[in-house]
Amino acid sequence: MPVIFSRPRKGYARVVTELPPDDELVAALRAGDGAAFADVLDAWSSSMLRLARSFVSTHATAEEVVQDTWLAVVQGLGAFEGRSSVKTWVYRILVNTAKKRGAREKRSVPWTSLLPGDEDHGPTVDPGLVRGPGGAGQWREVPEAWASPEKTALALEVREVITGALAELPARQRAVISLRDVADHTAEEVCEILQITAANQRVLLHRARAVVRERLAGYLGAAG
Amino acid sequence: MTCDEFVELVTAFLDDALDPATEDRFVEHLSRCDGCERYLAQFRATIAELGELPPDSLSPAVRADLLDAFRDWHRG
Repeated sequence: MPVIFSRPRKGYARVVTELPPDDELVAALRAGDGAAFADVLDAWSSSMLRLARSFVSTHATAEEVVQDTWLAVVQGLGAFEGRSSVKTWVYRILVNTAKKRGAREKRSVPWTSLLPGDEDHGPTVDPGLVRGPGGAGQWREVPEAWASPEKTALALEVREVITGALAELPARQRAVISLRDVADHTAEEVCEILQITAANQRVLLHRARAVVRERLAGYLGAAG
Repeated sequence: MTCDEFVELVTAFLDDALDPATEDRFVEHLSRCDGCERYLAQFRATIAELGELPPDSLSPAVRADLLDAFRDWHRG
């Protein structure tokens, strides 16, 4: 039986299922172990849904992408060669499925390009904020202090602000920040899943974080 | 280092991806700039808040369909 435990994060408890090592997992799935399948389904579907949302426009479509991905996984398990982790293999199938679906929706983004797009260049902080009149590259006004979400019972609204900011990010940035910061994947995993370089991963993540920080500043700064 | 350089290097700093010389300049700037110290703290707070988003989950119907599909595949 897998161990169930909650990660000690503040707002709520996330139930995380500890999955067996890949070789045991693959053996169990190939043997038709329904409990093992339920465990991976429950462990990964949440972050798969968030990732799928980078490519398609609605939650319902994202759910279909996740569903199609799992069906492909079930049918493709026999062919899994173990060249990557099972999780990365599943996520790669998700990305390919989501891209095709996104292209059909005509919401296609140039994922084929490994280089960041136009929206991925330029300063991440409003130039007026850091480039003073003399061009000295310093804060004209230092960032405003933030109200603490805990103290002000704003936690729920903060999540809405963040969800809204994520929804408006360019697709690549959204995919990277969803994987790194929301779903807690490592940089290496993200590069492998999205087939991007370490440098591009960092650029996209940094820009996405800067946008979300800016949104929070507009909210928590004003509240403080 | 200037503030506009600093704010672009925060993610690289947090990922421990700066070369030693740049990291020294980054930390040196951090030690004497209140604005950038606050920016870095807010960046960390932003990352922490992102990690707090409640999990999205599959609808019970889709989950049940997938469990059935898995069973059927192995039965058939």
